[in-house]
Amino acid sequence: MLEAKNISKNFSGVRALSNINLQLVPGKVNAIIGENGAGKSTLMKIFSGVHTQYEGEIILNGQLVKFANTREAEEAGIAIIHQELNLVPYLSITENIFLGRELTTVLGMLDKKQMRGKARDLLGRLNMDVDPDTKIAALKVGQQQMVEIARALFSNASVIIMDEPTSAISDKEVEQLFTIIRQLRSEGRTIVYISHKLKELFTIADRFIVLRDGASIDAGDMAAITQDELIQKMTGRKLGMGKTGKTVLDAPELLRVENISLRHPELAKTMVLSGISFTLHKGEILGIYGLMGAGRTELLECLFGLHPKNAMGQIFVNGQVRKIKTPVDAIAAGLALVPEDRKLQGLVLDQSVRSNISITTLQELERWGIVLSETKERLLADQFISSLGIKTPSPQSAAKNLSGGNQQKIVLAKWLATQPQVLLLDEPTRGIDINAKSEIYKLMKNLATEGMGIIMVSSELPEILAVSDRVLVICEGELTASIAIEDATEQEILKNAIHKN
Amino acid sequence: MTAIAPTYRANIKRFQSVIALLVLCIVLAVLTDKFFTAANGLNVLRQVAVNACIATGMTLIVLTGGIDLSVGSVLALCGAITAGLLKYGWSIPSADLFIGFTILGAVLVAILAGALLGFINGITITAFKVPPFVATLAMLTIARGFTMLYTGGHPVSNLGEGFARIGTGSWLGIPVPVWIAAAVVSLAVFITKKTRLGRYIYAIGGNETAARLSGIRINRVKLFVYGIGGALAAVGGIIVTSRLDSAQPNAGISYELDAIAAVVIGGTSLNGGRGSVWGTVIGAVIIGVLNNGLVLLNVSPFWQQVVKGGVILLAVIIDKIGDRRNE
Repeated sequence: MLEAKNISKNFSGVRALSNINLQLVPGKVNAIIGENGAGKSTLMKIFSGVHTQYEGEIILNGQLVKFANTREAEEAGIAIIHQELNLVPYLSITENIFLGRELTTVLGMLDKKQMRGKARDLLGRLNMDVDPDTKIAALKVGQQQMVEIARALFSNASVIIMDEPTSAISDKEVEQLFTIIRQLRSEGRTIVYISHKLKELFTIADRFIVLRDGASIDAGDMAAITQDELIQKMTGRKLGMGKTGKTVLDAPELLRVENISLRHPELAKTMVLSGISFTLHKGEILGIYGLMGAGRTELLECLFGLHPKNAMGQIFVNGQVRKIKTPVDAIAAGLALVPEDRKLQGLVLDQSVRSNISITTLQELERWGIVLSETKERLLADQFISSLGIKTPSPQSAAKNLSGGNQQKIVLAKWLATQPQVLLLDEPTRGIDINAKSEIYKLMKNLATEGMGIIMVSSELPEILAVSDRVLVICEGELTASIAIEDATEQEILKNAIHKN
Repeated sequence: MTAIAPTYRANIKRFQSVIALLVLCIVLAVLTDKFFTAANGLNVLRQVAVNACIATGMTLIVLTGGIDLSVGSVLALCGAITAGLLKYGWSIPSADLFIGFTILGAVLVAILAGALLGFINGITITAFKVPPFVATLAMLTIARGFTMLYTGGHPVSNLGEGFARIGTGSWLGIPVPVWIAAAVVSLAVFITKKTRLGRYIYAIGGNETAARLSGIRINRVKLFVYGIGGALAAVGGIIVTSRLDSAQPNAGISYELDAIAAVVIGGTSLNGGRGSVWGTVIGAVIIGVLNNGLVLLNVSPFWQQVVKGGVILLAVIIDKIGDRRNE
């Protein structure tokens, strides 16, 4: 049994956790629920020995423990599977499982045979039929996760913490993961499960623990609570997400793409996208849905000029053909792309909120064509910080110190600053809390009302249905359906997203 | 109070190299009679000037996440070009053509040559995706080879009194090389702090993908910084050649290491995106003061190297400790 007593933690003077008290029930799946910034990840990092400076006590099986590093936590039986998987891509499965705790022969040499055998056993227990000599880079994300779990199993962890394990895997892989979680639970292990996807939690979790603003709010049995009650505990208010379809087909055409195709960069004769054509009207929100690997992200990347060598097809903006070979061309054509991964592709994390917002429009902030005007830049940044409600201690704070939702708003701000006609959004609400989500939906609707055309790629059906005016479905690189929102149902969309074979 | 603490700490971090420099100066002033004199001060600054020029260019490059190992050789080649043009002019026998050079002409050609060499580095790095370490390592050897070919391995000396003034003269009591370095540093500070280009340099080093997606022309910025890096190495080469009144084919060997050391001691991250030209200037002065002080203290040249290396390590370790506390 793992217990936290009065845990508090500060980051450079900012309180991240205050007096957290909670108990993890052994042999159960304990869901930790809370918006981004609620303190979930920080707490897990304390449990697993990543953060060593904190106030309060951690009690494991009745004993006070204080880990000096992750290794000590692991030896005490606590393993964490991070959101960003911590595997070495060019080492094999076996080498990764035994990384840092290699088995050796009496002579001190690596005992490869024994390690390989044990790795095979572990993979077998996880119903994974893969050669343990396979390099991690060759595995799918879901399989990589299984390798992480295998690592945890090898260390014989009694507590396994999973941080957003389903954020990057397909529904089928989610099912497999759940099977494994149930198996681990039946072996008496304690699972700590962190996820934003409430539906999932109701499927897999036994207990819930709600954190809000760094404090523990409530805990109880999953069976005894409804989804709405849970959301209320997380946000402190009720959430309504109405479906409002509107017909904009008679509005003027803003963007037309014809026959977009994309060759696979490495595999000859393989197409990532083939012959995709569609139009986007002024004021329309076009939702694009597809399963993992269907080519959703790649489609947006083609529009934004990120595949100059392999993409084919024509793009018309306001009826005029535009050659888009680089992001510079795309921006000139009135396009903007909010990419899928804000940390890797959207932000310069070390830099201030202000310079992140102004980066796309610096040429407009110059005096005499040379010197950046601090006044103009401050005005621009302040305007977006207030209009988008970006919560930051100051415009000069580094972007890395903000929560996911606020970081996403910075990326939106820097693109809105370019006054685009067409806004491309790739998973705009991935990994951000419910409040920020609904704010972003509201913003999208306002922008559309003002005449902007929006294309939103999303892997979450409820989101697609809630926000879009029309839904495009792609499957294995081909456009399989264009559905008006009035006719769109989850079943209809999924039917078109799944390959018929 | 808790809100003030982080900024206070950040300020200490910003000034920690200045504090280190002050401590160093005080210690040397106490230990030696000669250190704290105007003559010695100017002497130190004159010696620092060349490294300050090169290290300023290096800072721009390092801020984008790159590195330039070729500056020492580029310095030598451009120094030799200046000397050769001044002394022998440029003759093309087949066309029966001879061009003589004024000091200004020779200097400009040398700076252009340096910029061109830097530009070639930039092209190898951007167009052919060669890692900067490798591309500039190759240029280090190539430029040194050309220096040997051009000079035949012999120094080119006696370049005239006018030219010698660049390295040895003074204006308003301050050595000319110090004025040159000050101009170079001011320009670089202006670029990094006040212009779009400066922002782009930081953005590319901080997150190249995000910068590219934001519509920044990454390759152009990189070509620019490597070009500037080469041009500033040439400026260094002109000063060195003028001071010695001679272009030495072996000039500038391992200068790239002093430049990188100044950048690192000045707190610029070798991963790019973090640091400043000012920091580098302080770093260069620390190295200069250290060199000077160790000589004044009669420390053997062998020990001097050990101490310099130790200081570099210490600077980076202190920097890292500061980072960790701010985590």
